[in-house]
Amino acid sequence: MQIMSKSIEELQRIACVVRRDVLRMIHGAASGHPGGSLGCTDFLVTLYFNIMKHNPDSFRMNGKGEDMFFLSNGHIAPAWYSVLARSGYFPISELSSLRKINSRLQGHPSIAEGLPGIRMASGSLGQGLSCAIGAAIAKKLDNDNNFVYCLTGDGELQEGQIWEAAMFAAAHKVDNIIAVVDYNGKQIDGNVEDVISLGDLQLKWVSFGWKVLKMDGNNIQNIIDTMAHAKSLSGKSMPIIIIMKTIMGKGVDFMENSHKWHGVPPDDAQLERALAQLAEGQNEDY
Amino acid sequence: MIEYINRGNKETRSGFGKALLELGENNTDVVALCADLTDSVKMYAFASSFPERFFQAGIAESNMIGVAAGLATCGKIPFAGTFANFASGRVYDQLRQSVAYSQKNVKICASHAGITLGEDGATHQIMEDIGLIKMLPGFTVINPCDFTQTYLATLAIANHYGPVYLRFGRPKVPDFTSANTPFEIGKAIKLVDGNDVSIFATGHLVWKAIEATKILSEKNINAEVINIHTIKPIDKQSVIESVYKTGAAVSAEEHLKNGGLGDSIAQILAEFIPSPLEYVAVDDKFGESGKPDELLAKFHLDSIDIVEAAIKAISRK
Repeated sequence: MQIMSKSIEELQRIACVVRRDVLRMIHGAASGHPGGSLGCTDFLVTLYFNIMKHNPDSFRMNGKGEDMFFLSNGHIAPAWYSVLARSGYFPISELSSLRKINSRLQGHPSIAEGLPGIRMASGSLGQGLSCAIGAAIAKKLDNDNNFVYCLTGDGELQEGQIWEAAMFAAAHKVDNIIAVVDYNGKQIDGNVEDVISLGDLQLKWVSFGWKVLKMDGNNIQNIIDTMAHAKSLSGKSMPIIIIMKTIMGKGVDFMENSHKWHGVPPDDAQLERALAQLAEGQNEDY
Repeated sequence: MIEYINRGNKETRSGFGKALLELGENNTDVVALCADLTDSVKMYAFASSFPERFFQAGIAESNMIGVAAGLATCGKIPFAGTFANFASGRVYDQLRQSVAYSQKNVKICASHAGITLGEDGATHQIMEDIGLIKMLPGFTVINPCDFTQTYLATLAIANHYGPVYLRFGRPKVPDFTSANTPFEIGKAIKLVDGNDVSIFATGHLVWKAIEATKILSEKNINAEVINIHTIKPIDKQSVIESVYKTGAAVSAEEHLKNGGLGDSIAQILAEFIPSPLEYVAVDDKFGESGKPDELLAKFHLDSIDIVEAAIKAISRK
């Protein structure tokens, strides 16, 4: 069991490689969700390469004795798959099979095909936080003092189950979970604010009994510092959530801040333009 | 003919509660969750005996199913209890993605199923749940017939890895099966031997089927009664062997015709041994308020309805 503890520079380099993976995977599949995947890349890279205690070489479903991660916004699977492969869960060459027939890399995360690193299917939104809370409770029953992390989208917070989970975790003092909201302000139909406003999101979580932090999800140093702060708040009878500001499509200028890139693959020319902006990771392509 | 004795009317849900308490004592991986119906679903004894392993979910069933899936991921054996209505239709997407597709070892404990829920009426009387849940790949669906069988089924599902929908009821009904009859998931139990017609019954209607055989025998009809406690995976061999002998079938269940036990029997007959089948089930309508016995009579789910179905099935041979 290990924490990889990479330097900021190394994490930035890996994030560049992952972004190239994401774009090439989605281009290869001619479908998928680049916007959220690129936006969350820095967080997922930092989580897996610097923060989580985990064991990619011998994945165990029950996660005993290690940190666990649940992805609730399953459509950003390309970034997660890339991070899992790059951290050693399965061969990097397998990334090219995304969304293709007979692949373990389903369009949304699945455990049915036995892809190491995944413990719960997600895609239908709003469910992952509840599952993560269940895992956190199990860890408490087992006196396992490792953490459970969960990432949700911001549009996803419109699902009622999220708020059922929020009430439950506070009522049961689930203080070993660190949830993170990808607060990019975009969803398929446009700005979250225009589709169904989340109102004062920080105040909502506070009123539901959670400790709330804010984080710049595209600043690796800030991710490291905020996650350390979050850990220091654990064990105090309150669940913890981080509202993580990200830029949808981060790293590719023509994708940034546009909800139109939520679920559209780049064409050949767009892929070329995008990869040119991430050239330093080129020699590590799968 | 074997004579089945009613040892006294008891709730099937109480058989569940008794077994859950024993499981709690014998297996520390067993945990339980309930959505504000702890007493009704008979989880109170477990909750008070093992408060550290019981999780009150409040009136928030979707989250309860997700939390159960998370607990199962880590090796716990969660029993999530609520009324069948809220344990199936209300949480269908959670059962589909977080439990069935994610292959989690979650036990859905669905009480107050069917029309015999009674006075609360159609909002709570789910008669679609067998169909809904048996459609989910990997789910086992069990509908025991009395207190004793529900007790045995509850113990059995704890030792079975995989998602299970355990369906039981509210009213007190005859407790007549033997505690010595092994409960094997997926293995039907022949209760009455007969040659003229096969009655495949599940849940509360098993006792009604036995009563029906007494009326049928007065008409010189020897009906076979097979207790299909496990609707999925269904015991094909028992169904085929019985109908091969009798040449006619009746299904009896407290459920809609669409999607229930009858449809599972029909599939087997169509594929392996085409034969007349009569359904004793509710035909595409909601229930209503009333006492359980009144409702069973009004919705044609009573012994006399099984008798008539048997005669009709035989006439179609």
